[in-house]
Amino acid sequence: MGMTMVQKILARAVGQASVKVNDVVEPKVSLAMSHENGALVINQFNEIYKDTGIEARVWDPSKIAIIFDHRVPAESSKTAGNQKKIREFVAKQGITKFHDIRGDEGGICHQILPESGYDLPGQVIVGTDSHTTSHGALGAFSFGIGATEMAAVWALGKILNVEVPGTIKVVVNGTLPKYVEPKDIILHLIGKLSAEGANFKVIEFHGETIKKMSTSGRLVLCNMTVEAGATGGIVPPDAETVRYLKTEAGVKNIPELFGPDADAVYEQVVEIDASKLEPQIAFPHTVDNVKPVGAAKGIKVQQIVIGSCTNGRLDDLAIAASILKGKKVARSVRMLVFPASTRIYQQALKKGYVETFMKAGAVVMNSGCGPCLGIHQGALADGDKALATTNRNFKGRMGNPNAEVYLSSAATAAASAITGEITDPRTVTPAPKTAKPKKAKVKIVKPKAKKKAVAKKPVKKSVKKAKKTAKKGRK
Amino acid sequence: MGKVVLKLGADISTDIIYPGRFMATVLPTETPQFAFVDDAAFNQKLKSKQIEPGSFIVADKNFGCGSSREQAASCLVGWGLKVIAKNFSRIFLQNSINVGLYMVICPTIEANEGDELEIEGGQVVNKTSGKSFPIVPLPQARQAIIDAGGLIPYTRKMVLAGKR
Ligand code: SF4
Repeated sequence: MGMTMVQKILARAVGQASVKVNDVVEPKVSLAMSHENGALVINQFNEIYKDTGIEARVWDPSKIAIIFDHRVPAESSKTAGNQKKIREFVAKQGITKFHDIRGDEGGICHQILPESGYDLPGQVIVGTDSHTTSHGALGAFSFGIGATEMAAVWALGKILNVEVPGTIKVVVNGTLPKYVEPKDIILHLIGKLSAEGANFKVIEFHGETIKKMSTSGRLVLCNMTVEAGATGGIVPPDAETVRYLKTEAGVKNIPELFGPDADAVYEQVVEIDASKLEPQIAFPHTVDNVKPVGAAKGIKVQQIVIGSCTNGRLDDLAIAASILKGKKVARSVRMLVFPASTRIYQQALKKGYVETFMKAGAVVMNSGCGPCLGIHQGALADGDKALATTNRNFKGRMGNPNAEVYLSSAATAAASAITGEITDPRTVTPAPKTAKPKKAKVKIVKPKAKKKAVAKKPVKKSVKKAKKTAKKGRK
Repeated sequence: MGKVVLKLGADISTDIIYPGRFMATVLPTETPQFAFVDDAAFNQKLKSKQIEPGSFIVADKNFGCGSSREQAASCLVGWGLKVIAKNFSRIFLQNSINVGLYMVICPTIEANEGDELEIEGGQVVNKTSGKSFPIVPLPQARQAIIDAGGLIPYTRKMVLAGKR
């Protein structure tokens, strides 16, 4: 009997020819990721060794990644203390894949891992974050665990008592219409499966639409599989995976690629025709409360958020900037943009997206989780409604249980920022190119252009530097 | 025997059990104060010790969905609460086992706030209504961690045995 992607990966990780669904295995871990909650992991890790007379040392410091993203820069002395504790631990244990609060290599863990070349096809990856499902976009089996579980991984180098999950096959065919994005595919799918429809299962993505999709889009899909309860999402690695690894992540040695067996057995097959899809909205307060954008027409929002590990990548910023170019964010709206990593931030600066956002009236924030989990920035007032490109709209998620969060793609969020109400991006007309304001602009822009030319060099340098450090980190 | 002190619906996320804005608090000794903090009345009852250890929270499907934050399990352990749900989300279930939260999967459970429940021979017995509901046992591998007293003692044993 053939094996699915996840069966094949787990079989390799335990050195067996095959594994069956529901077998209990203890696979070796290739990469173990944490963020600020590493502070709790450290606490539990030390507990394991308490009174044993054995020194607490992690199994392999080169396989642990710690990325500060949830509360950066620290919002409180408590967080600062946690971060300090982690820095000391990182230094003591010799952990190399550490990304502190920095403008050259910082960002959200689920973007730092792929762009730094830490994620590789065929790996078993665990992270103390539920959206660790993201890394399946590179063909890994990647899933979220709790802090105590991670402490055991740090000690043992393997993950205990994993039941081999069954797999749901999702086949997406057809060309996505303009302004319909990967986010709309995954919201639609979650609506179909429900918030627990894939609990304890893996979602494996197939079809022409996925084949043509960039890794950035695949990250969106896998990121949100957990919102259907899935243990992980996975895209069988292909030519696009290799392109991303080589040209964007700087990986030199690409591991041997493999896909599922042709006769793999799936628990369920879901087919989606991408060409018929419309922009989707997840209504409060569950992610599976999904309707086409038309159903939300006219709902006034006070905050628009573009960013997060779901939709804070360059293509998201590009589409949002293209919609906002020459337009203004409605006076009734606060628009917050937070690029998923500082590398993306720098690219967005170079491409002029940051300027477009700021001229439109948006606030561009530092890379990190920002308003996504409501702990740090961009909290909502009682009765506020927000439209966000993030992945969760649970009660209280954006810092206030008496507010509402709607979820959408970056295109829908940008279109809605202009009108101040949830708006179908397909109805937005580009800014008219009248001659007068253009002339006026030229006058203002000219002296700036000179400044730009001077400023350009250091920007370039820092991008190069970011690449360099990323490469260093990979070794 | 214990009383049902909170009855909840489906898809109760970890943001409801332990809101993200308290994530800087990590130690199991400190997390209980923020259990269900946005339900001010219930949180107050916990803090003023009006709720006895061993009391039950009864929930519908997919309890503990969302974030992997372990605080959502450890904050309930601190008050000695037990959770019965129709089913649990994967990470929350695993976290509960790891940190020793008493949880029971009971797909047909019927109980109201104030009912007295007892766990007996693989069943939840509702003493108030007189009905019983079968429990879905945990997979054996997970039971081993519970029997060891949680994942920390379980792993400690492995470390001492030199099993890496
Ligand atoms: S951006 Fe939001 S969902 Fe993503 S890792 Fe940060 S807090 Fe979690």
